[in-house]
Amino acid sequence: MVAALTVGTRVLALVILGIGAIVGLAMAVAGAGQAFGVHGWIVLIYCLVIAWRVMLQLDAPEPSPSRLRSYYDDPIKMGVVLTMAWAIVGMGFGVWVAYLLAYPDLRYDAAWTGFGRLRPVHTTGIIFGFGGTALITTSFHVMQRTSRARLAGEFTPWFVLLGYQLFVILAISGYLMGINQSKEYAEAEWYADLWLLVVWITYFTLYIRTLARRAEPHIYVANWYYLSFILIVGVLHIFNNVALPVSWSGSRSYILWSGVQDAMMQWWYGHNAVAFFLTSGFLGMLYYYLPKRAARPIYSYRLSILSFWGITFFYVWVGSHHLHYTALPQWVQTLGMTFSIMLLVPSWATAANALLTLNGAWHKVRDDATLRFMMVAAIFYGMATFEGSFLAIRGVNALSHYTDWTIAHVHVGTLGWNAILIFGAIYALVPVIWRRERMWSPRLVEWHFWLAVAGTVIYVFSMWNSGILQGLMWRTYNDAGTLQYSFIDTVMAMHPYYMGRAVGGTIYMIGMLIGCVNIWMTIRKAPEAGYLRDMPKTPAGDADDRRVPAE
Amino acid sequence: MDVSHDTLVVIAKTVGLFLLIAMFLAAVVYAFWPSKKAKFDRAARSVLDDEDGPCR
Repeated sequence: MVAALTVGTRVLALVILGIGAIVGLAMAVAGAGQAFGVHGWIVLIYCLVIAWRVMLQLDAPEPSPSRLRSYYDDPIKMGVVLTMAWAIVGMGFGVWVAYLLAYPDLRYDAAWTGFGRLRPVHTTGIIFGFGGTALITTSFHVMQRTSRARLAGEFTPWFVLLGYQLFVILAISGYLMGINQSKEYAEAEWYADLWLLVVWITYFTLYIRTLARRAEPHIYVANWYYLSFILIVGVLHIFNNVALPVSWSGSRSYILWSGVQDAMMQWWYGHNAVAFFLTSGFLGMLYYYLPKRAARPIYSYRLSILSFWGITFFYVWVGSHHLHYTALPQWVQTLGMTFSIMLLVPSWATAANALLTLNGAWHKVRDDATLRFMMVAAIFYGMATFEGSFLAIRGVNALSHYTDWTIAHVHVGTLGWNAILIFGAIYALVPVIWRRERMWSPRLVEWHFWLAVAGTVIYVFSMWNSGILQGLMWRTYNDAGTLQYSFIDTVMAMHPYYMGRAVGGTIYMIGMLIGCVNIWMTIRKAPEAGYLRDMPKTPAGDADDRRVPAE
Repeated sequence: MDVSHDTLVVIAKTVGLFLLIAMFLAAVVYAFWPSKKAKFDRAARSVLDDEDGPCR
């Protein structure tokens, strides 16, 4: 992969990595003896390892200029592997936490194995590690194909992909050491946040520059969704992390907002992380890979535009539904609730648009597990958005909030919609990128599909039961007008469902591991397609078209 | 600068309401403008066969 870069780019990479290593060393020295210093070492080692990889091939010959006339897929390959690696980390910690809740003895008395430290490792590993890397990877693919243009630059895609990995590594290792600014889904401290900002702005400019090179007159709608994801997540990230560090040599910082304003800012961020990270970006994925795999254009392109603006403008208002019955003014809560309910319209329009695209191609859904992944993801998307609007209603929230019902809802979204869509997209993407005829084993894709669906259903039904039971027990009064159940009664009642959840998660994880094996074997063993599909065919034949199939 | 709750409510119920309606109408008009149909149809089909380039 390094050999495909120009010598100038390799030197540039070494310079940037050298600066990174110096910053890491400075952090390690300044924060010696603290967790901040450990982060310095992590930065230093990360930069040195990549620099070593670059050095190994520093003297390789310059790549052929004809490469500039084909798509740039090397970062996508790396991104696919990293996505699955994060799936193992994120889901592994998730399964551990699930068993830990069912059997609290699994802590082994270490500081870092407490629920409070493991839980953000799971959420960040899944949302930012697995989901974020999948978004970056697929966006590199989608932006090139829909623009009929090569990525703008050969250095920036690597900077974005690998820089983002460093952010997630810093975040997760920090939680285990107790570095946490106590904002849900924004737990990383100030220096990791600043680094993410640099990476994110580079990502946005890379996207815009690639679109500017496009050969297509119209910007395909999937790009709109990806762009709204990048732009709005950037804005949210800035506003929710305006913090003042206590010192340059420590991890602690204080957020600028205080009291209820901080809570409002946090949930404006928190819900829109769901909205633009886990919805908008993933809809971009859906709008590209579903029509592509079904070989049918999207049912209504106009509806996709209309629901884009609906989703974008409604979602930014709904964050306050996380703060029902709090110090937040009642009218702000009602505003969030109202927009949450209205949001159902564009959400279901989108789900319907996806499913109607498949209308007339159901035989393909039956035969092709990859397409079935995407179809089921669209169904779970419809379910999750319905449930979300429902739970945002103040009266329903009174029962559901702080119970496992929320956990059930979140996992309908992450397991059923996000992860299943990622798997569908990856199974569609891998053979294309590695120039294979198909995945190594379609039967294993089939196994993965059914394990993923079974795992999701078991998980979600366990948590629905647990959550509603918990909520009802909390509000049951006896004849004397006092609470019927003590808190420990509710915990005992939830135990069987916690075991069910752990089993569902384990099944889901096994399916994912089968997927990893299949992807690995596809890269290594699957039969090669007999041609290079992204090379332009020119009359002169001056591109590398020796393997263009004879008609 | 002190903005009272009442002022905000008035703004939300007047400017805010009409701004959102205007944005909604703009999106509808853009999406359903008759002469754009051919362009959108072409865009929807453009992703089906994009591995062959041309690529710039």
